[in-house]
Amino acid sequence: MSETDDSPASESAPAEGAATGEDTPPSASDASTDLTELVEDDPETRAGDDARYAPLEVEGLRKEFGGITAVDDVSFDVEEGTLTGLIGPNGAGKSTTFNLITGMLDPTEGTVRFNGEDITGFQPHEIANRGLARTFQIARELEEMTVLENMMLAPKGQVGESLWRSIMPVTRRSVQEQETEQLDRVWEVLDFFEIDHLADEYAGNLSGGQRKLLEMARALLTDPDVLLLDEPFAGVNPSLEKRLLEHIHELRERGYTFLIVEHDMDLIMNNCERVIVMHQGRILKDGTPEEIKESEEVIEAYLGGEV
Amino acid sequence: MSTSDLRGRFEGLFERDVTLVLAVLGALYLAYILAGVAFGYGLRGQLNSIANLTFYVGVFGMMALALNLHWGYTGLFNIGIVGFMGIGIYVTALVSKPPVGDGAAQVGGFGLPLFVGVIAGVVIAGLFGLLVALPALRLRADYLAIVTVAFSEIVRFTMMSRTFQTFTVPDTIDLWVVSFDPAADTVGLGGGGGLILNYTNPLEALLRALFLWDPYLGFVSFVEASVIPNNPKPVLDGLLYGVVLIVGVGLFYLLLSRTGKSPFGRVLKAIREDEDVANALGKDTDRFKLTAFVLGAALMGLGGILWYSGRGSITPPSFRPNITFFIWIALIIGGAGSNTGSFLGGAIFAGVLYEGPRYFKNLVETAFELGDAPRNFGEAMAGFASLDPMPFVLYTLDSVSQLRLVIMGVVLIWLMHNRPEGLLGHRKETASSVDLARPGGGGSTGNPAAADGGDER
Repeated sequence: MSETDDSPASESAPAEGAATGEDTPPSASDASTDLTELVEDDPETRAGDDARYAPLEVEGLRKEFGGITAVDDVSFDVEEGTLTGLIGPNGAGKSTTFNLITGMLDPTEGTVRFNGEDITGFQPHEIANRGLARTFQIARELEEMTVLENMMLAPKGQVGESLWRSIMPVTRRSVQEQETEQLDRVWEVLDFFEIDHLADEYAGNLSGGQRKLLEMARALLTDPDVLLLDEPFAGVNPSLEKRLLEHIHELRERGYTFLIVEHDMDLIMNNCERVIVMHQGRILKDGTPEEIKESEEVIEAYLGGEV
Repeated sequence: MSTSDLRGRFEGLFERDVTLVLAVLGALYLAYILAGVAFGYGLRGQLNSIANLTFYVGVFGMMALALNLHWGYTGLFNIGIVGFMGIGIYVTALVSKPPVGDGAAQVGGFGLPLFVGVIAGVVIAGLFGLLVALPALRLRADYLAIVTVAFSEIVRFTMMSRTFQTFTVPDTIDLWVVSFDPAADTVGLGGGGGLILNYTNPLEALLRALFLWDPYLGFVSFVEASVIPNNPKPVLDGLLYGVVLIVGVGLFYLLLSRTGKSPFGRVLKAIREDEDVANALGKDTDRFKLTAFVLGAALMGLGGILWYSGRGSITPPSFRPNITFFIWIALIIGGAGSNTGSFLGGAIFAGVLYEGPRYFKNLVETAFELGDAPRNFGEAMAGFASLDPMPFVLYTLDSVSQLRLVIMGVVLIWLMHNRPEGLLGHRKETASSVDLARPGGGGSTGNPAAADGGDER
């Protein structure tokens, strides 16, 4: 209602509306603070430490398909509040590593630890519910569901996901209340990713780049600690790529942790503070972009030299 | 919820669904009444015709709604519907048929009240749903289809089997501490001969439970005295049973639309679209698929009970897979994914494709004085030798009930080519318990101007 009052503040970037405009409705500002509150540890307070907490630890991960070893003794960790890039030429085992971490595949050997807990061999939904969200290489939006339905699906702990609660007259009220609360948050995130104008559209009608935005927005709504993005920039035009990167950087500043698979080397070098290079199922090099750039092995791998 | 809100909702509903449903039903009933007039039916004939139409609209509507939960929402390819229907009515019969004494040739039941039988039938159908779903849900869609159709055939062969024809119930049954003597001595599935449904008339049982049986009998004698002279009860029974079925459809609709418009239904939709995504978003998809499958199977059991309970007897051939495919055609006509569409599909299928051809044949026969149809295809074709197509036409018309399947096939092919989404399958029936428009006004209507950040005009 108060949103219809034309004030310059409401024209600023939607997600920041709460910070600048005092006349924005309280519901919107609540939801906006939610977005930052959900990150428990503020990265600023830890900025001084050299050894940061690493929520995701991978150790000795190995996966064989028949006679082929797709991933061979891969170990790394991802530190909180960082943007870590996982790069490598085609067939290096990046996506397989992702699938092993998120439970889509079971590793032949090795362990995956998340927030100190051994999650090796867990079901994908169990891993997602612990706060490790992923997106897919080819955006997998739910085509015949609207953007809003896609978004409303994501939040964890929805009471209405129990059948009887959704059916029975009394309990249905509580389902509706929770959905109403959830809705504020959903619109907030839609605004943040600037896809709010597509809210009622079928996800299948979105362009490739919009789908990537939707997928990331949806993953964000699961309240993850760590986001695994599988080639988020594949098939995205340069201007949208820039926007996606801005979103990622902004979210990282708010304390989210990212692990990004990509094979565009420049993009990773310019944006990540740490880069892991994979080649033929193994980790070739793990370090800062500067270290990677100077590595002979990496250059050879990318130029097709023998390793 | 404010009054204007409620009113707005009501009007919105009226604009779409109620009008559409009433229009379709109105057209069907009008066509049947007009056909009845053409046949020169008296009041009794007309009422019978309407009761018959209502029965099929009711049962196909219900079954299409139940299937929509499996296929339209969850994407579970169940082609074993008739198996769950059969389990429903057979269990009801077994539980509620009166017992027979020792050594009697006839198969009896446990003699429990009919409502116990109905509940048992629904529960057992649901349990069999669980049994089928547990190993099958890890399979891909088409394998689930094979499992379900095999299941429904197993059910039918079990009904026919001599092994299960009769059982002798022991005189006392000991369950840990309780020991009881069931009234039944000989129970069973009756084999190929089927079961005689000699329990209380279901309509009578229902009306007695509602304390309406005596008023109803009074009404029957009033009708007998004033409108329809001799024995109007069967006609009125038929009409009343139709009403019961329509109420049943209403309850199915209410239950399933609540299921659909909820976070639960949203997860089902997500499973239909891409199970991996739902899983990656933290949804235990196996649990959702299992729940949906069991609920659908139980409803199919209930549908089967309502379909067959009014008959004098049930035999295994009634539960052949063709019923399953009729229900599938009904759902495809209506549009998978839409509950209103499912019911409309059921109604149109029942009125036009299932009962329509027979009426068409009678109509043509009434309109034109036609001679006797040839007895076989050879005689029918013989007419063409003397350039007389009449024997062929007559033969075709005479075989219209067999040709029904051909007509259904043609309609199905046409639909697949021209309107695969059915009548209402294209509609956005948003899966949530609340309106998802932007809270606090503004609306969620696609506004291209909002593309660059400004979210309000």
